[in-house]
Amino acid sequence: MNYRTPVMLAAALTLGACGINSIPTADENVKAKWADVQADYQRRADLIPNLVATVKASVQGEDKILTDVVNARAKATSVQLNAGDLSDPNKMAQFQQAQGQLNGSLSRLIANVEAYPQLKSQNNFQTLMSQLEGTENRITIAIRDYNQAVQDYNTRIRTFPDAIGAKVFYGAKPKVPYQATTPGAENAPTVDFGNMS
Amino acid sequence: MAPSLPCSRLQRWLLLIAAIAVLCVAAAAHAQTFPKLTGRVVDDAHLLTQQQVDQLTQLSQSVEQASSRQLVIATIPDLQGYPIEDYGYKLGRAWGIGQKGIDNGVILIVAPNEKKVRIEVGYGLEPIITDALSSMIIQNDILPRFRAGDMAGGIIAGATAIADQLKAPPDEAEQKAVAAADAQRQQQRSSDDGGGVPWALIFWLIVIGFMMASRFSHGRRGYRYRGGMWPIFLWGSGFGSGSGWGSGGGSSWDGGSSGGGFSGFSGGGGSFGGGGASGGW
Repeated sequence: MNYRTPVMLAAALTLGACGINSIPTADENVKAKWADVQADYQRRADLIPNLVATVKASVQGEDKILTDVVNARAKATSVQLNAGDLSDPNKMAQFQQAQGQLNGSLSRLIANVEAYPQLKSQNNFQTLMSQLEGTENRITIAIRDYNQAVQDYNTRIRTFPDAIGAKVFYGAKPKVPYQATTPGAENAPTVDFGNMS
Repeated sequence: MAPSLPCSRLQRWLLLIAAIAVLCVAAAAHAQTFPKLTGRVVDDAHLLTQQQVDQLTQLSQSVEQASSRQLVIATIPDLQGYPIEDYGYKLGRAWGIGQKGIDNGVILIVAPNEKKVRIEVGYGLEPIITDALSSMIIQNDILPRFRAGDMAGGIIAGATAIADQLKAPPDEAEQKAVAAADAQRQQQRSSDDGGGVPWALIFWLIVIGFMMASRFSHGRRGYRYRGGMWPIFLWGSGFGSGSGWGSGGGSSWDGGSSGGGFSGFSGGGGSFGGGGASGGW
């Protein structure tokens, strides 16, 4: 009885079980999820010029905070992270720091404009704020999905049987999850109500 | 013939493996619970009369017939401590509202005890029900009625405003997106069939198992069974957990309701990514 063919097939399928297919699949998944994260950050960056213009038009004396936001935005958009560098903790840290700085100055701006009722009642401003909120929400979810994909990938390349394929064929390195901490996030923000002395 | 000792030991092992598997599933499922998708209107917080539920169901049906988009209204008595933004997109993914690949679902979520309302928009509808539009519907149609204590009126006004926008003729871009997603879905289905590595593996292991068994043991029937069965359990449990959760979440729910006939409603497997807006009163 010729049983060479089934044995060969079984060997091929067993190789398949060593991560030949599943590791690139997981890798592409991580990259796609990272692209979502970047798209959502870009979306936020695109909203900021509008927001700054709207605030500037009806508020005086907040120039410093507005300049901070503009600078932080410029810095954040200049730091890009290619999908190929997702295993590099340093580059990831740089990206996180730049976005975190923008986070900080944006939330300071929003806390400060709370004090201007005539601005808050503007339709344009309300629309912008709802868009900004939605974008922040999307960023949170995209990061969570990305981290899930990273966890899946890292688990896959370090557990049997895919670990064999990861080591032998791909030399796969674990990817870095996104830690969405802003500098100084451990301190609660101080909100200045002005007239409550 | 009385069962021999090795057989009952085998059974005990199988029982143990089954018990462990059940425990693992239970632990995973316990993380966060969502109400059951009992229809187009899930009124778990009991804010609507039967007549209003029927009215909203009809509205949602007319939307889906006109555009294949799915609109679901959910009143949730308890958000389990999650922010409504967080709860909303997970609920949408768990229910799989919207067609798979197109992600054209919307959920109007009302949490009366937390005094929160949210319009959760699927990926594919984000350009049509924008965050700004969702926010306007909440601020103008829903919240004034909620503040006046008219919960049902606010829900109906909000759902009607969403439905009006959904029923607007889909523009070319959306039609293109639908066609592209259809093509992709077909591609995915064919690759799903081919990519079912565990099944192919199990199949071949059985084949080889039988061949070896027939070669080595002509007289002993029991051995053949054991040789065939162990690989199923070993490989089956090892690979089954690796499958993507998206289809698993959708299909596991579908399985529960497939008995429902024409009137049965189920999510199409759409996904959510935080589009929409929230409000509180």
